[in-house]
Amino acid sequence: MNWEIVMGLETHVELSTESKIFCSCSTAFGGAPNSQCCPVCMGLPGALPVLNQKVVEYGVKVGLALGCSITPVSRFDRKNYFYPDLPKGYQISQLYAPLCRNGRVEVAGTTIGIHEIHMEEDAGKLYHDPATGETLCDFNRCGVPLLEIVTEPDFRTSEQVVAYLKKLRDSLQYLGVSDGKMEEGSLRCDVNLSVRPVGSDTLGTRTEMKNLGSFQAIARAIQFESQRQISLLERGERVVQETRRFDEEKGETFSMRSKEEARDYRYFPEPDLPPVVLSREYVEGIRENLPELGEAKRRRYAQQYQLPEYDCQMVTSHPALARFFEELLALGTPPKQGTNWIMGEVLGALSERSLSPGQMPMTPKTLARLIALVGEGKLNRNTAVKVFEAVFDTDGDVDEYVAAHGLEQVQDVELVERIVVQVLEENPQSVADYRGGKEKAFGFLVGQTMRKLQGKADPQTVRRLLLERLGQE
Amino acid sequence: MNLTHLTALELGRAITQGDVTIPQATQAALEEIAQRDKSLNSCITVLAEQAMERAETLQKGLKPGLSPLYGVPLLLKDNLCTQGVPTTCGSRLLEGYVPPYDATVVEKVKTAGGVCLGKGNLDEFAMGSTTETSNFGPTRNPWDESRVPGGSSGGCAAAVAAGFAWYALGSDTGGSIRQPAGYCGLTGLKPTYGSVSRYGLVAYASSMDQVGPLCRDAADCAAVLDMIQGKDPRDSTTVDGNYGGLLSSLASDIRGLRVGLPMECFGEGLRPQVAQRVQEVARVLESRGGTVTQVSIPELKLVIPAYYVLASAEASSNLARYDGVKYGFRAKEYGNLTQMYENTRSQGFGKEAKLRILLGTFVLSAGYYEAYYKKALAVQGQVKQGLERAFAICDVLLTPVTPNTAPKLGESLRDPMGMYLSDLYTVPANLAGLPALSMPCGVDGDGLSVGAQLVGPRFGEQVLLNTAHAYQQETDYHRQVPKGGGMG
Repeated sequence: MNWEIVMGLETHVELSTESKIFCSCSTAFGGAPNSQCCPVCMGLPGALPVLNQKVVEYGVKVGLALGCSITPVSRFDRKNYFYPDLPKGYQISQLYAPLCRNGRVEVAGTTIGIHEIHMEEDAGKLYHDPATGETLCDFNRCGVPLLEIVTEPDFRTSEQVVAYLKKLRDSLQYLGVSDGKMEEGSLRCDVNLSVRPVGSDTLGTRTEMKNLGSFQAIARAIQFESQRQISLLERGERVVQETRRFDEEKGETFSMRSKEEARDYRYFPEPDLPPVVLSREYVEGIRENLPELGEAKRRRYAQQYQLPEYDCQMVTSHPALARFFEELLALGTPPKQGTNWIMGEVLGALSERSLSPGQMPMTPKTLARLIALVGEGKLNRNTAVKVFEAVFDTDGDVDEYVAAHGLEQVQDVELVERIVVQVLEENPQSVADYRGGKEKAFGFLVGQTMRKLQGKADPQTVRRLLLERLGQE
Repeated sequence: MNLTHLTALELGRAITQGDVTIPQATQAALEEIAQRDKSLNSCITVLAEQAMERAETLQKGLKPGLSPLYGVPLLLKDNLCTQGVPTTCGSRLLEGYVPPYDATVVEKVKTAGGVCLGKGNLDEFAMGSTTETSNFGPTRNPWDESRVPGGSSGGCAAAVAAGFAWYALGSDTGGSIRQPAGYCGLTGLKPTYGSVSRYGLVAYASSMDQVGPLCRDAADCAAVLDMIQGKDPRDSTTVDGNYGGLLSSLASDIRGLRVGLPMECFGEGLRPQVAQRVQEVARVLESRGGTVTQVSIPELKLVIPAYYVLASAEASSNLARYDGVKYGFRAKEYGNLTQMYENTRSQGFGKEAKLRILLGTFVLSAGYYEAYYKKALAVQGQVKQGLERAFAICDVLLTPVTPNTAPKLGESLRDPMGMYLSDLYTVPANLAGLPALSMPCGVDGDGLSVGAQLVGPRFGEQVLLNTAHAYQQETDYHRQVPKGGGMG
């Protein structure tokens, strides 16, 4: 029998607001344990939450980017359960009236429905100390704002899942609401998966997979879990509805808790927070100011600048790169020159230094000047690369550097001509070899000429003059 | 002059005029507490040294133009967080817990020059009507020590009645200010929901909890409300309003006041002696130019089950944080995390708290949410509408505070259902978020105080205070003091 895989995703996005969702504590990463908390996020008796309006704004941005309708009056609810990393004994979340509903995203030729997006607070972290056997709580992450994005069961392949997540990450980064890093946990995805015979229109029993830390892990987990379910069904057994954990090392999923053990969260409306009321003007104001997202930029670059698809893909791979590219263009850099430098030297320099595009030390102005000098024939490409390396980290002044190191290209054609004559005279054997058909000898002559000119001549001019002379005699 | 029998405003004036110093007043109160609180047990914590130090400092800062309650010593219910001072909520679960911050109302009282004498006893986490469920033992009623002071703000009520403090801040979720005020012969007020910050009030039922004053008369209540009302950026449920000025606008002219007597509050279960005293209030108000009419609000018959479903549901969630992980009591013995939770909460909570946590957990459970919680919300909506209808034709509603006067210690615990039912008259104001005032209106055959309740529309505090003030111009029940309190 042929089987069809049916999947839906629940994705948690950590928002990059400066302060937490219900208090003014910092959300910065890596602080000493319990150094970023207060009575509110630690759930001390008597403390009350106050909603950070930035979280609503970010949530609406994501909702609009994913084609959702924004709920005019949304509400918070309490999700009750006991765990030491949850200091109030409940998580403030949204169940009955989430911020966004009914969205849709086009991914890899298929439409994925967005069921809802809701706001909630993150929990703390527990550290198990193997030496003492003790468990310690760090509440710094408590109250960090999260969006949970729930899709409809519209995925059929792991390629679609990964494409959706990449697109989501891309959108989050372009909206500037999250760094979307799966490895660091700011994008966390649970996959609900069931299988059914091809052609069936009823859903099979699903399992929920957790602990999927990378795109690769997701693809492997889907592969394993779908095979596991298919094997069960083909043996005449049943799939048990449960939550399963993916073990990265083994590449297998393991049962965490069954439906019977599922918690009853006893959701009810959060009495400490009034409803979130959003006017049409507020939502439309955000819609009008939405930035152009990666996909739209790729389409536009290809059309407007006639750039190859690969170039468009590369320069939009991070919003900081796209911004850098657009600033280069604004400074007069020809588009193709811009993408060449970004894809080559810029990405190379960043990767050598293990920097993300957002941490670029060089300004577009500096690179634009460098590219302009090459265009004007004042620097040759090879020298320009050396200058690039020299000024990249400090964003140094290109003109000053070129002047200080005497790198400006030799413009004096007569001087070049004199040197060419000199080189030909000094290397009669190479001249003879070239004339005898040895093309390689020409390269040697070019190199000799360039060396005498300390590399500052335009190679094209050198070649032209050499060819002229060699042809004359 | 018998200092401890003055009203808070009278003491405030005496301090301003230099007739009394703040340390003298503070000393007088602390002496009363030291001598007589062993039997009453109204205070969980007494801040004798701190209060005297603070009194000295405030005395030096005395100058014209200060709050009318500057230098007046008070008591705080022990569910209001106080920085550096243990806040127990009357529970073993908060054993050793010292808050790192002051509740907003505590800050406000300090800013206005209040001298905090200590923390008042209460039913555990403010759940109860007798102050008998406290982990620190029951408080006794100064009018008759064989009786309860009411609850849950019973410690505060007993202390103010006994002359230990000139006023107190309590909290009221279903009558916890008004009912003990009624049993102890005080004037107490539960403000409009959202007019006083709950930041730092340890939550019982968040949608109904409200901090308010327990005082000797209506004028004192006005002065305390002026001090504590206001929108608080730290409490999103507080609302903008025209705060302040209740005392300066206090008037005793109630000509034309429309007083409504809800029929449903004068029926079965009400002790005739109590009914008579409250009817007498109506006659006094009439004599001062008010008109009295009977009104019918049939929805009031539904309030008790709706209140206990909603309050317990919220309580079950609000009390989840007391799990032994972070602060307070943790069970000594446990094998794993679940046992730690179970043992801590089994040993840490008293019977009444457990009862309400179980009830609340049940009504929120899958399959019961619609049947109980949602239905209770619908009833709450109906009660609001019923009261709105009444306020279209009345300015205030007059009812008893409780069907009876203060019961004997132990009586209520043997009859929890009877105890819940006795909240019948007070819970509608909490369900509807309305202001309500309780004032003494005489005594029963046993010499026990009877309380009358005035309920007003949202932000109707001024009309409640004016009505009570007018009544208190005409009567002196509010000036009577318990026999044991013969001091001076």
